[in-house]
Amino acid sequence: MTQDTLLVMSGIDKAFAGVPALRGASLHVGYGEVHALIGQNGAGKSTLLKILTGAYRKDNGTITFHGRSVDFSSPKQSQQGGIATIYQEVNLVRLQTVSENVLLGHEPRRFGVIDWRATHAKARRILRGINVEIDVTQPLENYSLAVQQMVAIARALALNARLVVMDEPTSSLDDREVETLFRVIRQLRDQGVSVIFVSHRLDELYTVCSHITVMRDGQTVHQGELSHLGKLQLVSSMLGRNAQDVVQEGRTGFERARPGDDVILDAQLLERAPRVHGVNLQVRRREVVGLAGLLGSGRTETARTVFAAEPPRGGEVRFKNRVVRWKTPHDAIRDGVAFSGEDRKQDGIIPDWSVRENLTLALLPRLTRAGIVNRAAQQRVVEKFARRLNVRCASYDQPIRELSGGNQQKVLLARWLCMNPDLLILDEPTRGIDVGAKAEIQRLISELAGEGLGVLMISSELEELIEGCHRVTVLRDGRPVASLQEGDLSESRVLSAMAHDAHQPTLESDAHEGQHHAGHD
Amino acid sequence: MALSLPTSTRLAPATLLRGQGALVALVVLVAFAAFRYEGFFTLYNASTFFRYNAMFMLIAIGMTMVILTGGIDLSVGSVAAMTSVIAALASPHGAGVGLLAGVAAGAAIGLLNGLVITRLRVEPFIATLGTFLGARGIAQLASGQAAVSVDSSGGFARLGQGDWLGLPVPVVLVIVVFLAGLFLLRSTRTGRSIYCVGDNEDAARLMGFGVDQVKVLVYTISGLLAGVAGVVLAAQFGAGQPVEGVGWELTAIAGVVVGGTLLTGGRGSLFDTMVGVTLLGLIFNILNFENGKGVISIDVFWQNVIRGVFLLVVVILQSNSTRRKGE
Amino acid sequence: MLATTETPTPRGRRPFTPSSALIALLALVLYNIVANPNFLTLNSLNINMTQSATILIVAVGMTFVIATGGIDLSVGSVMAISGAIAPLLFLDRGLSPIVALPLAVILPLCAAALCGAFNGLLVTRFRIQPIIATLVLFIAGRGVAQVVSGGALVNFTGASFTALGTTRIFGVNIQVFLMLAILVIATWVMRSTLFGRYVVAVGGNDRASRLAGVPVNRTRITVYVISGVLAGLAGLITIAVNSSSDANLVGQNMELDAIAAVAVGGTALSGGRVTLVGTLVGALFIQLLRYTLLVNGVPDAAALVVKAAIIIAAVALQYRRK
Repeated sequence: MTQDTLLVMSGIDKAFAGVPALRGASLHVGYGEVHALIGQNGAGKSTLLKILTGAYRKDNGTITFHGRSVDFSSPKQSQQGGIATIYQEVNLVRLQTVSENVLLGHEPRRFGVIDWRATHAKARRILRGINVEIDVTQPLENYSLAVQQMVAIARALALNARLVVMDEPTSSLDDREVETLFRVIRQLRDQGVSVIFVSHRLDELYTVCSHITVMRDGQTVHQGELSHLGKLQLVSSMLGRNAQDVVQEGRTGFERARPGDDVILDAQLLERAPRVHGVNLQVRRREVVGLAGLLGSGRTETARTVFAAEPPRGGEVRFKNRVVRWKTPHDAIRDGVAFSGEDRKQDGIIPDWSVRENLTLALLPRLTRAGIVNRAAQQRVVEKFARRLNVRCASYDQPIRELSGGNQQKVLLARWLCMNPDLLILDEPTRGIDVGAKAEIQRLISELAGEGLGVLMISSELEELIEGCHRVTVLRDGRPVASLQEGDLSESRVLSAMAHDAHQPTLESDAHEGQHHAGHD
Repeated sequence: MALSLPTSTRLAPATLLRGQGALVALVVLVAFAAFRYEGFFTLYNASTFFRYNAMFMLIAIGMTMVILTGGIDLSVGSVAAMTSVIAALASPHGAGVGLLAGVAAGAAIGLLNGLVITRLRVEPFIATLGTFLGARGIAQLASGQAAVSVDSSGGFARLGQGDWLGLPVPVVLVIVVFLAGLFLLRSTRTGRSIYCVGDNEDAARLMGFGVDQVKVLVYTISGLLAGVAGVVLAAQFGAGQPVEGVGWELTAIAGVVVGGTLLTGGRGSLFDTMVGVTLLGLIFNILNFENGKGVISIDVFWQNVIRGVFLLVVVILQSNSTRRKGE
Repeated sequence: MLATTETPTPRGRRPFTPSSALIALLALVLYNIVANPNFLTLNSLNINMTQSATILIVAVGMTFVIATGGIDLSVGSVMAISGAIAPLLFLDRGLSPIVALPLAVILPLCAAALCGAFNGLLVTRFRIQPIIATLVLFIAGRGVAQVVSGGALVNFTGASFTALGTTRIFGVNIQVFLMLAILVIATWVMRSTLFGRYVVAVGGNDRASRLAGVPVNRTRITVYVISGVLAGLAGLITIAVNSSSDANLVGQNMELDAIAAVAVGGTALSGGRVTLVGTLVGALFIQLLRYTLLVNGVPDAAALVVKAAIIIAAVALQYRRK
């Protein structure tokens, strides 16, 4: 590598319990360079960053940083080595003062006693260096997230960091705050500090980054100057779809039933700050509707809002031709909605519980007479649905945590199918599960729709959406920017709506564009 | 161009009020009592009041440090009882030996707490529950289930009953400990790390602080100060008291919380704790005067009710303000 | 059809693996049988069972609370409250005994239920940590009991109310049967009722439970009410056994014994894994340990030290197993 490369990671391998997360990944960052690192969930970018910062140890490969071969064994070590990380949730001590957060552990001292006057002055000076004028004696939590990030950057400068890693720093900032952050990033660059910038907002990458590394399936699939890479190319390399192929690709999906005419779900102008703004959704019987969008586009939030996990603050939901005002998931479930979240561990399974109990959790009230659970009926349900979904387990008494991801997902699907719902909401139903189970689940969704269910499905995989859905609504920044029916439904159209690519206008994205910008506060 | 970011100083009135609420209440109560009761605003009352409450203050200072790290120490009451017995047993060898024995025994229990919490990874609540029982057991074993008289010849009793420079000796001890604690927390990196551990343990580790060492340190300090309180207890009543100290840990926790220290750690100050403990003690002092006036008659039993209600109001206020912050 | 198994063989009816506490309990029993000829007499068994009864009744309620990931420090004070209210009723000369006796059981239990509801409300609506929320009643509750009783010891030797603690059936005290009945019912509730399933679900993963339609807050409030009622009952038994009520002493340190029994028994303090049988084992173990030390001339005080060490060891072991 050349002299002016600050960081060279090459041939990095990493496996978790035998499952490879990184396969020969590489990342090169030059001095004073703002470098974009992108990839879908599970592409391996956070694993790569965690190896860089010492949170994980690599299995194979080499890392050279500032001319020396390094292998950090803890985040503390990498920090001492000159790498600072700024997370989306700022990893600082929020109740302490700004000065302390900038200088903790490095306060100026006299005879071992902290010299507060000098500490405050030094913190103020460093912050002023990046044009932030705030009262450094206030607790950090009194300031907005944007300021907290600035403080984290100031700390990086105080510790003489050469490389600052920013993991989705803009995801909870408003436009003005983003602008400020960018100004500081440029300042860092001019001072010779390099920045690795992770974001899913493509516009931002083009505004602030000069170089880019794209990751997919644990490998580095593209690296180079960002100006040489168009947005559409970028998205297609991220998703692994060749732009030309995409345009020509035919539809090879399953045999699909024609959607019925009766609308099950009709949501109008849903509002739930900060991620859901004026979303309209319709799902008919026998119809699979997809929700597409990059991470942070508000697709998960939209689904949760419909399900009343976070009830809407505005708009109207009609369910089976009746206006409903669900306050909790309990209400939505009672009326016939089912929801399987994207985070199986946090929002789905009860890890220590058996397959049997996990499967029937939502159905329990209906298996109960006078407060007593009918075990025989429970057993019948478990057998029927575990069989139908082909759940592989040693016994129904086995704790669900011992099952593979795919089988856990099947149990969770069974939890909802045994409820015989009218509407099934699936957030990333096939994420992180093996190929066989994935195909089974996709086939099942299509079958279920054929039987009269309405399905609302979120997926990061375009292929899954295109092949499985009758209709796809694309969200960007919490707003619907395109609704593609069979006929217009193609990967390239979804891609360009997601990427907001001006050269490939979609039917609705132009119309929404003005509104999008005006609506941003 | 200096940027004017939205500083969003959500320094809501509630926060301010919570910070100073206890102090305001204290001032109001003192003014009220001074106006209403003859003999309240006297040197004698003040001296008696602080001499007795000094023990709670000592314990509460240690408890504050533990709570700042997000932990809790239930063992302090038992430890005080235990050390009062040990100090009384050692008192024939001289006041200094008695003091040292009591303090060392307390520190040893505290060290044990810290090690169990950091090495065995037992939750602080359970670990200190263990020493809560264990220390009480040792107190009863060592004392043979009865109060152990202190040796009156060696001047040990002065540690509880005497005066120094016109101040009750226990109060002098509190002042010394308070100032030392203030210095530790405010002006040393160790002190700052106590706050950081309770604020965000991961961040503290990332910033290079030895989280486990900090925890061991605060539990040891808490045990040590409970030891000092036990010595004062023995000296004040002229005997080691194996059955005293019941519920002291809760008095201390209540005092710390009323003072405004966050139970989840990371924020609080020794000064607030002093105010909180004084406030709680004052309520009962005032009740005594009120009863003494004979106008009304409030049972001492109301003490606990009032203390509980106080705690309730404070934690509800705390929970509201932290919840708003979290959202 | 159940497809092939790559996963390890099922551990049978898994929930109650023979815990270390059970082995320790059996060892203690064996030791006593060998070393203490009087141990296997009805009288000594009755003593041990009678003394475990109140601990266990409270510990059952505590198990429900801990199963949801909470804790209830107020049980001792709630015992004192119910123990203070009951004598007011059955000693009231204005009430005929036929009315007074049932009232003396029902009203204290209602008060205890109210205390539990109060705890539950603090935990759910105000989102206060359970330790602190129940600390409020722990402190104030005993004061309430003292205020109710006037703080004086109430003696009622010979009152028919004492039957609740002194009646013997086949030479065994009535509260032992009460305790067993409660244990059986609680086990059944935990295993076979909707509510019981919800309790474990909430403790296992409250976010997932909420998304599956489980009424999380209602479940939480209910477990605190159950804990309150059972503590109230234990308070009634305690005063019946003593033929006197002393608000200062009834239920003192009970929260610690109950938590210790639950923890030693193998219920996870973080919630989600419950064994009521374990709680029984834990309560019996703690009682038998005290008895064994006492019989061998080791004072109660030393038993405290041993108890402390054992609780810590049990919890530390639990952590290792995770």
